[in-house]
Amino acid sequence: MLQTRIIPTLLLKNRGFYKGIKFKNHKYVGDPINTIKIFNEKEVDELVIFDIIASKENKEIDFDYLKEVVSEAFMPIGYGGGVKSVNDAKRLFAIGIEKVILNTSAILNPDLVKELVDIFGSQSVVFSLDVKKTFFGGKKVFIKSGTKNTKLNPLDVALLMEQLGVGEIILNDIDKDGTFSGYNLEMIREISSKLSIPLIASGGASKIEDFKLAIKAGAHACAAGSMFVYHMPHRAVVISYPKYEEIKKLLGE
Amino acid sequence: MITIIDYGMGNLGSVVNMIKKVGGKSIISSSKNEIKNAKKILLPGVGAFDNAVKNLKDLGLWDLIKEKVLVEKVPIMGICLGMQLLTKGSEEGELEGFGFVDAYTKKFRFKNNDLKIPHMGWNIVNLQKNSKLFEGMENQENRFYFVHSYAVECKDKNDILTTTHYGYDFVSSFEKKNIIGCQFHPEKSHKFGMALFKNFVEKY
Repeated sequence: MLQTRIIPTLLLKNRGFYKGIKFKNHKYVGDPINTIKIFNEKEVDELVIFDIIASKENKEIDFDYLKEVVSEAFMPIGYGGGVKSVNDAKRLFAIGIEKVILNTSAILNPDLVKELVDIFGSQSVVFSLDVKKTFFGGKKVFIKSGTKNTKLNPLDVALLMEQLGVGEIILNDIDKDGTFSGYNLEMIREISSKLSIPLIASGGASKIEDFKLAIKAGAHACAAGSMFVYHMPHRAVVISYPKYEEIKKLLGE
Repeated sequence: MITIIDYGMGNLGSVVNMIKKVGGKSIISSSKNEIKNAKKILLPGVGAFDNAVKNLKDLGLWDLIKEKVLVEKVPIMGICLGMQLLTKGSEEGELEGFGFVDAYTKKFRFKNNDLKIPHMGWNIVNLQKNSKLFEGMENQENRFYFVHSYAVECKDKNDILTTTHYGYDFVSSFEKKNIIGCQFHPEKSHKFGMALFKNFVEKY
């Protein structure tokens, strides 16, 4: 049987790895290549790398550096941040990235999603659904690394992306990001129950039991950032990843 | 030296990186002259079956690979679509495969439509016979990363090297003399992939 994927999320900025809280106050946590080497040793299932300034500052993807990072990673890698064209995706796949992750460009240019799916297949196109609470009107979808409110409803966007053909959706709850308060189970339940493609839970994980709760709520895989780079309560930087046997036992696989 | 065939189907960087990591040497090539001298061939591949066959034929590599494998008996390892190309054909396309192994590639079909296609993620690979490829890995659970919608069916059960369960047991790798096919991606399967590639580098 397929095993539930537990996915560390790493935020890239100026060739360093960072971690923030609620998509803000990013602090340096380490050298990307060293971090990737540690994750290799810990046998992680899959990695997600987000460049947190490429989209916000409308920068070109740092292909040269990504190539260096990816050459040290012996697991599937998803990359998001500033992917704006078929050519961007082509170059990312050429350097060994498995999945491109779209957010801003998918909302602004839904045709791109379709095109990517047609050329590279659903399994290599992921949508990152970044959701944040607003003062009026509840949870809305945000783009540009959580800085711009689209005023769109999360479920509507999730369904649109599924229809456009993406292979999976990462549900990023910005209000939960880095808070160690557990996943937003209600939102996972609400959105996953309407989707037929896999949903990856993201935002808030603090302990491995949170994975079990997210899976029970309907997530197919779990992503986490802070939990794998910080040791609580003092947020000391310690790269960790649960042992395979531990996850297997926890999830009853 | 492993010759990795570049025929425009999928990325080869990860394969090169992992072979290097386990101490092997490789070159990427689409040149007839280079491939003529290959001592060991790796045929990766992601994409559609017919495109792959066409590309290999357009590059003039189809008959050359046949000769290398059938006459010179050079070890060949096909990965993912590369494995499927070693079979007689696929439901995905109209064109014939190499047919090095008495096998055919079929789309996943499930009785109750409860399993997603593609089969994507980590799954367990169960050894069905002894092989140098899995030397040192016999007494452990071996997990590999998969992404595919089609799977191989072997006519001759003796060719089956490993099976994997997804709805039913399918052939996740085969080995017949100098011919190996892996449905999974060793290059994306960290320590398991490294162990397997190390064996391919050192023992074939």
